[in-house]
Amino acid sequence: MITRRAFLVLACAAAAPARAQLPPNIAQIRKRALDAAIDEVVGAAPVRTGRVKLDLPPLVDNGNTVPLSVTVESPMTAADHVRSIHVFTEKNPQPKVISVTLGPRAGRAYVATRARIADTGQVIALAQMSDGSFWADRVDVVVTLSACLEDGLI
Amino acid sequence: MAARVVVNVPPSAKRGEVIEIRTLVGHPMETGFRHAQTGELIPRDIVRSLVCTYNGEEIFRADLHPALAANPLISFATVAVDSGTLEFKWSGDNGFSASASAAIKVV
Repeated sequence: MITRRAFLVLACAAAAPARAQLPPNIAQIRKRALDAAIDEVVGAAPVRTGRVKLDLPPLVDNGNTVPLSVTVESPMTAADHVRSIHVFTEKNPQPKVISVTLGPRAGRAYVATRARIADTGQVIALAQMSDGSFWADRVDVVVTLSACLEDGLI
Repeated sequence: MAARVVVNVPPSAKRGEVIEIRTLVGHPMETGFRHAQTGELIPRDIVRSLVCTYNGEEIFRADLHPALAANPLISFATVAVDSGTLEFKWSGDNGFSASASAAIKVV
């Protein structure tokens, strides 16, 4: 049961449209932010596909907690190991999800966590090897209930 | 108030075995993009980093961003090299810090 007071508060919040309105070229803004975030990690180096396996459900019911794991094919020796793993999303207001630093002591290049994903789109996992090369895996996910939905921030 | 922390490390392992470590810290991970019912923006309040050391040597470091779910769970692997302790340290916005440690016996 909504009280008269709560209704008035909500109505006033809804009547302040300037804040909630999104710029029209939102897709472009998100794409630029994603490219900038990846460039920040990669620099000018080429990114190749393969070796990295990003595992997350293809259909996400609740974008607020999405379990994901990243595994990288690597012997994890002092001479050849994974230096870092980064995860990005395409549609979030900020593309970065997590960045981890590991080394030969890890034994297995693996990290798992739970992310917030704002909308249907791509999730990208990027790994840097000890020789400086970058490898990536891109997975498309469908999100039915998105994170950050209440303000229409997508 | 001390943060709620759960760390899962196998109590014993064979030398050279790869073990999985799971960590969880109780934290709302407020993104800084949400608005309160009255309209004002809720300021960002997140855990920014997790560092794990094994007998004093750093083996894992994670930088967290607002896109991680509340109560961030992070699991990773390491090689059991020697008996000793694993120390975990979280730090974040507004002076947030939490720590935990776990002992491991390597045979």
